[in-house]
Amino acid sequence: MKHVVTNHSKTQLDSEKRKITLSTKALSKIYQTGEVKVHALRGVDLSLYESELVVLLGASGSGKSTLLNIIGGLDTPTSGQVFFYNDELTSYNDYELTIFRRENVGFVFQFYNLIPSLTALENVALVTEITKAPMDAADALAIVGLSERINHFPAQLSGGEQQRVAIARAIAKRPAILLCDEPTGALDSQTGIIVLDAIARVNRELGTTTILITHNAVISDMSDRAITLADGQITSITQNPQRREPQELVW
Amino acid sequence: MHILNRKLIRDLWRLRGQVLAIGLVIASGVAVLVMSLSTLESLRDTANAYYERYRFADIFSGLERAPLQLKNRIAGIPGVQTVQTRIVKIATLDIEGFEEPVIGQLVSTPERGKPLLNQIALRKGRLVSPGHIDEVVLSEPFADAHKLQPGDQLKVILNGNKRTLDIVGIALSPEYVYAIGPGALMPDDKRFGILWMGQEALASAYDLDGAFNDVSLSLLVNTEPNFVIKRLDQLTKNYGSIGAIARKDQVSNWFLMNEIRQLRTIGMLLPSIFLTVAAFLTQMVLSRLIATERAEIGLLKAFGYTRLQVAWHYARMVMAISAVGILLGWIIGAWLGRYNTELYADFFRFPFLYYQPSLFTFAISALISLAAALVGSMRAVYKAATLPPAEAMQPPSPPVYRQRHNVITELLSWLDQPTRIIFRQLARWPIRSMLTSIGVAFAVGVLIMAMQWFDAIQEIIDVYFFDAQRQDVTIGLTSAQGNEVVYELAHFPGVLSVEPARIVSAKFLVGNRSHRGTLQGIMPNAKLSPVHDVQRGIISVYPEGLSLNSKLAEKLHVEIGDSVRVQVLEERRPEILIPVVDIFESYIAMPAYINLYALNRLMKEGRQVEYMSLLVDEKYESKLFAKLKDIPDVAAVTLRKAAVNTFNETMAETLIIFVTFFASFACALAFGLVYNSTRIALSERGRELATLRVLGFTKTEISYILLGEVGLLIAMGLPIGCIVGSGLAWIMTSSFETELYRVPLVIHPSTYGKAILITLAATTISAFMVRRQLDQLNLIKVLKTRE
Repeated sequence: MKHVVTNHSKTQLDSEKRKITLSTKALSKIYQTGEVKVHALRGVDLSLYESELVVLLGASGSGKSTLLNIIGGLDTPTSGQVFFYNDELTSYNDYELTIFRRENVGFVFQFYNLIPSLTALENVALVTEITKAPMDAADALAIVGLSERINHFPAQLSGGEQQRVAIARAIAKRPAILLCDEPTGALDSQTGIIVLDAIARVNRELGTTTILITHNAVISDMSDRAITLADGQITSITQNPQRREPQELVW
Repeated sequence: MHILNRKLIRDLWRLRGQVLAIGLVIASGVAVLVMSLSTLESLRDTANAYYERYRFADIFSGLERAPLQLKNRIAGIPGVQTVQTRIVKIATLDIEGFEEPVIGQLVSTPERGKPLLNQIALRKGRLVSPGHIDEVVLSEPFADAHKLQPGDQLKVILNGNKRTLDIVGIALSPEYVYAIGPGALMPDDKRFGILWMGQEALASAYDLDGAFNDVSLSLLVNTEPNFVIKRLDQLTKNYGSIGAIARKDQVSNWFLMNEIRQLRTIGMLLPSIFLTVAAFLTQMVLSRLIATERAEIGLLKAFGYTRLQVAWHYARMVMAISAVGILLGWIIGAWLGRYNTELYADFFRFPFLYYQPSLFTFAISALISLAAALVGSMRAVYKAATLPPAEAMQPPSPPVYRQRHNVITELLSWLDQPTRIIFRQLARWPIRSMLTSIGVAFAVGVLIMAMQWFDAIQEIIDVYFFDAQRQDVTIGLTSAQGNEVVYELAHFPGVLSVEPARIVSAKFLVGNRSHRGTLQGIMPNAKLSPVHDVQRGIISVYPEGLSLNSKLAEKLHVEIGDSVRVQVLEERRPEILIPVVDIFESYIAMPAYINLYALNRLMKEGRQVEYMSLLVDEKYESKLFAKLKDIPDVAAVTLRKAAVNTFNETMAETLIIFVTFFASFACALAFGLVYNSTRIALSERGRELATLRVLGFTKTEISYILLGEVGLLIAMGLPIGCIVGSGLAWIMTSSFETELYRVPLVIHPSTYGKAILITLAATTISAFMVRRQLDQLNLIKVLKTRE
């Protein structure tokens, strides 16, 4: 099931020729909470290309998290389809979705969700133990710049450090897709930039297709494409001719 | 409704699974307490009422023959209220359709009116009519066992003459609540019964006109029984008295009181275990709840709720949880108490039954469990009350784990990450983990303690009925006879071997310690009913000197080499100092043995024997029984086979019920404990487990982390449970130790195994229930919320 991603040069940006990693067709999601029906997604068509970095913008309740969760196999749509290369994710059962996540998806959340009883290294090893052909856990931590602190427990790390451990944990399996839901939401701008830099570096060096949800429009400057959602629909897609380095961002 | 009350009700509803699980454990404790106390009370009240209504005597004395005039002198003893003289004899009965010989205790009733003491409770028919010497009233259990009714007949050998008697009534008596035949361990209603006959009928049959051979007394209030006994013994000494006994030593009453004592032990021991575990569980659930409600507590305080109000809120939660358990325990306990009392009433025969559990029983059980739960949750409540509001509204900092460089770290490095999570979790909360293991251990322990009884009873049967006794039939003669009877019996049909013995009532005195019992004279090479030591097996009796049971030696404070003053209470009443030459251990009674010839010499008599152990060829059994039924000198026939069966039946019946009770309680304990620990672990670590699911761990893999932890705690609890079980069994068996029997502490390996399996079954069910909730873990919700 594991798809090996080949590295592409970002300078020859040519969407047409690149392979589609993941695509959605007429994706809709309706939540039924009590007596209220919430249309979280209303027919979303979207394609994600190999090794591109997409920023997903939108107000809260616009449906960006729902979209991310469905793409990542954490949630299932009410109607519509999701394709991962040629496989239809929407036909998977719970176990197949679990294996899909295990092999192909890396998640990073606003609240780092590290296992408190495991050290940084062990948190990464947690994932490398169960996946095929992972990178070395220590190497993954080196990519996010945490080589010095691999034996620290979460309680001994700062928020930014914890988030970088979460990133290392997400990428150690060499996932096809990296999904980041507000990764800097709980951090100050300085620390946020360090975290974003780690994400950009992973995307650049490993060629992982990356989706990054944010409230912060400034962050879209580091993306290849910025997609804006409102009320469960895509309202705009902005192609970014020149990606900026995270260090250049200011907010 | 006050807003906090609403919160309380909703919280309880949300935690209903855990509330119920704790409730079950509390209920178990309350139920055992209510059951024991209410059974105890009703047994005691019923016995007291029965004793009072039917005028159960205070002092009993058997003699050989005394003139009726002696009665007035006995009545003259200070403190005596009423004197009742009777004729009491043992006789062989012949019941149609029942092959084996049956023993009857004949008891005289006055020709006119009711006896002054030890009245009988007529159940069917009528009392014996004056002058009708062939009428008899039978004891109810005996009549039931043989399906005898008023109007039926039965044959009795009265002093050598076979007579046919008409049954006119069926009755019960406070004297024979626990009707036990001579030489028997358990009531055997088929082979032993009480027959009440007219005074004249027995007097003429046994040549006791104008005489009596049994006297009962009632005492004035505040009279010291021992003082009266002393005076009574002096008066009756020359009439063949073997010494009077007080009510507390009367066989039937002794058994009844012993049962009440044992109930008290159970009623103390078990509820303490359950309520301690319940206290631990409430503390666990409550501290977890308070941890999740930090922010709310902070908010309440910020709004101006006082510490006391917050504490009171959570204390009420504990009380509500306890109330669920107490209510449930009351219902189960009252029901079990009623059921248990009925069982007892069936075993001990009462003409009526008082089952009115007192308010006190319910109140005390509620009070104790409430107190236990409140004490258990005190820390959690205090923590909630003293939480500073500003700090409370901040999320708690993540738990701190530390890497220690030692052997454990080395070992951990060999494990995969999920297993490391399990171990770190245990190391992080060692006390909580330990308590869970100890709780499981107690469940196992209670099971072992309950099931140990099967092993102990089996051991008693093996040792007492098989190792120590080889005879098939024991025959007791009406009085001691010359040795010729041995040869006579040897020629009876089917008799393979005969072994004679002589048993005399005696008092053993050492300093100011004394014991009333029997001295058994046996053959030096006895094989059928020998002296038997639990460890050494069959041991031969020395040519001279006493072989004492260890419990008797302990009671008299003697060792081998010491001397015991033996006062024989029969015939010439010799008194002599005899050295102790051997001490042996046995489970039943406190026998003292001596060489038969030495006893004969001591009694200043020729070769006299009174008891005969027979080895019988099964094929000729019925012929032998038929012959024995017709022999006037036979006072008692005991069949080993029948004795074993009765023992087994009686024990099995009571034990299975007893063990079922405690097995259910132990299961409730194990279930409640494991369900709560896992449920709490799940809510505390839902986020962690959801993260793992997101990372691609399957449901089975995350179950491993959660259930693996509790599984490990259970696994650690099991061996501790075996130790706890041995300890509890020891406490139980030693508290059940009486002069009549010692329950050996024997636990078969299979008993440990069964206890472990039952505990595992109960814990597996609760683990499965939590596993189902684990499957429904909402990944997205958990991850989106802040810790």
